[in-house]
Amino acid sequence: MEYKMKLTDEQKAILDGRDGEVMAKVMQTVVMFGDIFGAEKLVPVTHKDGHLVTSFGIALMKPLFSTMDKLINAGIKTEGKFTVDPRPLDYSNVKCNLLEKLVFHIMYKRQSEYEEQLLKVGLRDKDAFTCTCYLDEVGNIPKKGDVLSWAESSAVVYANSVLGARCNRNSGMLDLFGSIVGYVPYFGLVTDEGRKAKWKVIIKTTKKPEAQVLGSAIGMKVMEDVPYVVGLDKYIGNELNDEAKAYLKDFGAATASNGAVGLYHIDGLTPEAVEYGEKLVLPDAKEYVIDDAELERVYNGYPVMWKKKDAKPALCFIGCPHLTFAQLCKWTEDIERTLAETGRRKVTVRTVMTASPQVKAKFMQTEYYARLIATGVKLSSICPLMYTNNPLTKGKAIITNSNKLRTYSVARYYMDEKILAVLCGKESE
Amino acid sequence: MKEFKGRVLAGGNWKGEAVVSRQGVNTLATFQKSALKNAKQVIVSDQNNSDIYDKNITRKALCLPITIGSTTGGLVIQTVCAMGINPSAFLFSEHIDSLAASGIVLARVWENSSVIAIDMLGEDFLKTVKTGDTIEIKEDGTVIVCD
Repeated sequence: MEYKMKLTDEQKAILDGRDGEVMAKVMQTVVMFGDIFGAEKLVPVTHKDGHLVTSFGIALMKPLFSTMDKLINAGIKTEGKFTVDPRPLDYSNVKCNLLEKLVFHIMYKRQSEYEEQLLKVGLRDKDAFTCTCYLDEVGNIPKKGDVLSWAESSAVVYANSVLGARCNRNSGMLDLFGSIVGYVPYFGLVTDEGRKAKWKVIIKTTKKPEAQVLGSAIGMKVMEDVPYVVGLDKYIGNELNDEAKAYLKDFGAATASNGAVGLYHIDGLTPEAVEYGEKLVLPDAKEYVIDDAELERVYNGYPVMWKKKDAKPALCFIGCPHLTFAQLCKWTEDIERTLAETGRRKVTVRTVMTASPQVKAKFMQTEYYARLIATGVKLSSICPLMYTNNPLTKGKAIITNSNKLRTYSVARYYMDEKILAVLCGKESE
Repeated sequence: MKEFKGRVLAGGNWKGEAVVSRQGVNTLATFQKSALKNAKQVIVSDQNNSDIYDKNITRKALCLPITIGSTTGGLVIQTVCAMGINPSAFLFSEHIDSLAASGIVLARVWENSSVIAIDMLGEDFLKTVKTGDTIEIKEDGTVIVCD
C-alpha cells in the first residue's frame, strides 16, 4: 500500500506481513487512518490498557464479529488488557415485558458470543463493562502524558482533560487496532499543538452551573475544538477531589455528545491548565461568555421528543456516564430527604441508577444500598443508551439527568433538582 | 454545471443522484433502522435531520459537511458497506471527521468496498448541490454538479 507517514522498520515489517496477513491489515487500517489526518508518524501507546466503545453484540454489526473472528483465528491479542462500555441488558434490575425481551433477544442475540470474542482478544474480565473505566474502583487509569488507544467519547474527554493523557476521539475498532499494534497516529489531541484552545469560555453565572447543561452549551458552541474555561474553579474549587472529578465527568460527557469535544481545560483545576495557564489559549481564540440567561436559553432549546409531549414519565435513568460511589450516596440521601418532605416511601417513577460493576459492588457493601433500594430505585450496570436504542423504548416517556442520553435517544432531560422533585412526587410532570 | 475539487480519500469514477444534508449526519441514527431490518436499501431514519429524513440514500452520493454522533459511527459505515446498501459516495464539504474516516478505511480494508469518499469540497459545494441533482465524480477528486 502507498502511505505518506514515516514508519519505523518495525512498523514497516508489520505492514509488509511479517506478523501475518491479518496483523498487516490491522496496521494498514491504522496507517491509512493516520494519513487522512496528516499524521507524520505513529507513536507508541504508553498506557497499554485500552478501552473499547463496542460492548454490544447487536446483530446488525456482522463485520464486527467477522473481524473479531479473523483476529482470534490469527492468534492476535491486545498488548494490555482492555475495558469496554457497559452491557446493553440487565433483566434482573431493568425489567422488560415479553415483547421487549423478544425485541432485545433479536437485537442482541450475539451478545454472549461477542463477549467470548472480547475475552479471547484481551478483555480484562467479565466485570470490565463500564464507561467510567478511569474511576479508582475500576482501575484503568492512565497517567499524565500517557498516549492511549481508547474510544467512548466520555472516557476519552475525561482521560485527556482530567488525567492529562493523550488520545484522539477514535471510532469503534480503531480503538482495538491501536491496542493491538501498540501504536496510534500522531495528530490532533496527541500533539502539543492540538491541545491548545481555540475558544476561551468565560463563566459569569451567579451560581454553580449544572454540569450537564454547561457541558452541553460549550459542546454545541465549540463542536470539536478545545475550550479553555475560566471562572468555573470558583464553584468547583482548585483541587481535583472526588466531587470535582464527578462534576467534570458529567460536564465532559455533555461536551463530547452535544458537540464533539475531546479535550477541555479548566483554569486553575485541570492538569495542563494548572501547568501552563492561559498560554494554552491560541492568540486568535474566540470567546464565549456563559451567564444564567445563556444556560437557560440552551436548556429551553432541548426538543421534547416524546410522542405525547405531556405524558407522565414512565422510566427514569440516572447515571450516563455511570455514577461514582459518592454520587450514589448523595442521590440516596437526596431521595430519602425529598420523599420525607412529600410523605412518601417510594419514588413515583420507575427509576434505574447505573454504575460500574466495581462501584456497584462497593456500594452494596454499605448501608446506603439498602436505603436506596428501600426508596424503590433499582441499581444496575447497564448502558442506558443501549437500552433505549430500540423501537419499543422509543415510545416510552423516559426522563434522565444525562445530556448524552437525551442526545442519542428520545429521553427528556431534566436538571438534578427537577428530577428529584418528579421522582419524589413534588411535581406531577 | 459547476465543478468542485476535493481531496480523494477513496477514489473512483461514478455518476448518479445526490442526496444533500446541510447539517452533520448522525451515522448511527441515519442507518440503524434499515440495517436492523436487513433492508435492501437505506431509508434515512434520523428524525432530527429533516434534510434527509425518509430519503433513500443507497447508491446515491451523500453530500454532507461531516458526520456526528456515537463513536460507533465508523463501524456502522463499515456495516452498511458490507451489506452493500451504502451510499456510493460520501462527499464532505469540510475535512472528514475521525468517525467517518474510520468507517471509510474499515470498509475499504476489511470489506473490499468500492465506496468513494472525497472531502474538503468547500462550503460553496454544499450551497450549490441540491437533492436530486446529478453528480459526476472523477478519480482525481473532481465533482461535477450537473444542471
